[in-house]
Amino acid sequence: MNIFKIIDEITKVDGDAVERIEHATRRSFMTKFSRSISAAAVPAVLATVSNKAFAQSQGAIDILNYALTLEYLENEFYMMGNAAAGLIPEKYKTVFQQIGKHETQHVAFLKGALGAKAVAKPDFDFTAKGAFADIFTKFDTFVFLSHALEDTGVRAYKGQAGGLINDPQFLEYALQIHSVEARHAAKARMILSEVRNAPAIKPWITGKEGSPEAVYAGEDNVMQGGKDITGLGGKSLAAVTEAFDEPLTKEAVLAIATQFIA
Amino acid sequence: MINEKTKSSAPFKSNEENPMLDVVNRRFFLRSAGVAAATGAFIMSACTDNTNGVDPVLDGAVDLGSGDIGILNYAYALEQLEAAFYTQVMAKPFGGMTAAETSILTDIRDHEIVHREFFKAALGTSAIMGLTPDFSKIDFSSRASVLGTAKVFEDTGVAAYNGAGKLIKSVDYLLLAGKIVSVEARHAAIIRDLLNPNSMDFAGDDIIDSNGLDKAMAPSMILSAVAPFITNKISGANLPK
Repeated sequence: MNIFKIIDEITKVDGDAVERIEHATRRSFMTKFSRSISAAAVPAVLATVSNKAFAQSQGAIDILNYALTLEYLENEFYMMGNAAAGLIPEKYKTVFQQIGKHETQHVAFLKGALGAKAVAKPDFDFTAKGAFADIFTKFDTFVFLSHALEDTGVRAYKGQAGGLINDPQFLEYALQIHSVEARHAAKARMILSEVRNAPAIKPWITGKEGSPEAVYAGEDNVMQGGKDITGLGGKSLAAVTEAFDEPLTKEAVLAIATQFIA
Repeated sequence: MINEKTKSSAPFKSNEENPMLDVVNRRFFLRSAGVAAATGAFIMSACTDNTNGVDPVLDGAVDLGSGDIGILNYAYALEQLEAAFYTQVMAKPFGGMTAAETSILTDIRDHEIVHREFFKAALGTSAIMGLTPDFSKIDFSSRASVLGTAKVFEDTGVAAYNGAGKLIKSVDYLLLAGKIVSVEARHAAIIRDLLNPNSMDFAGDDIIDSNGLDKAMAPSMILSAVAPFITNKISGANLPK
């Protein structure tokens, strides 16, 4: 299956998608806020939300399906890894079960928001046609791909934030997933650092150091808000680049992800 | 939207006149003392207690301002607090701080200083004043107190940026907030992992909900949560809602 074809297909949105998003928003909004607002206030709040979703649903569907495709990839990766006997050392099992649980929840959450507009799960090949032949038999390879997928996920969500600026509720959901991916990335990087005895691999990204190269391209950016922040606060170039994570475009992310589509 | 609905509720002039805020603050003190309670419980208490509270413009308070500038000042205030905290942590390291902990806490200090200096430079003449922290309740000689407080600050920072995103009008500022929040989330995960290594806590069930979502909190909640750690009174009354 070709991932670009999926993305093409999801841009062809038909009219009744609007209703579905409206419905999904109502449900998730209820779950989230019913605890803290009075019953009398509910209808007014819901009306506001559904109107916003109605007006901006097409862009949101596009972005959420892109996110869903990445979450499918991560979810299946951890399901297979957590199920592979002898792969994950005992001391790290809890960590990868927790990460896997969140990816499953992200898939369910995004599918719930998209309803019938949700794209189907592609077939994956985590060996990347042989490049990672021992992906589910050698822990080093597994944690290497884990950290790369999580760092890619962080950059992917970050790259879509601007596209959701007119969809406040979906923007917030995307940000709430984005920071969970960053927590995963930090821990996966720490484990990679431990198993490789490589202290230079930190929970945060230094310059554009890291592998695969495409995952870290541009992370050494020092132009923030139109200003060169080299030397800011008297801090090292390493610290300055670590302090800001960089986005990736959809095209760059799909180029990385396509390697794992069967 | 909820804030808009409650905008008409009577404003109060100080913490003394709002017993709810005092309850929140007391809970926060307990947490920061290293008491082993879930951060999530604290955050939810703050939300529940304060949903009907609209920040008043306090007498003599530092006004964060309005619009995107207000949000940037809000971030600047939080980064000032974090930078000051880690500066003190590394000026007087707790006993037995390992080499790995020293490396992590030094890096985090430097990131927070870069964030602080970035907002200060970006805001220019619109920047709020330098704030005076109040760390009197933190025992800097205690690993549990320092890391327990760091955990609260980092989780609070993540929830603050996540909640502020939808209040930002400029896509450029939104992207900047996104570039910073994931670094704060990396910090949060690693501080949590130092406290309970290789457990689920780096992204624990106390902070991530059953949809796999991190917290997102409104400025009013965040400002009351951090108030005990800042000597200055801060007003977010003019921030976007």
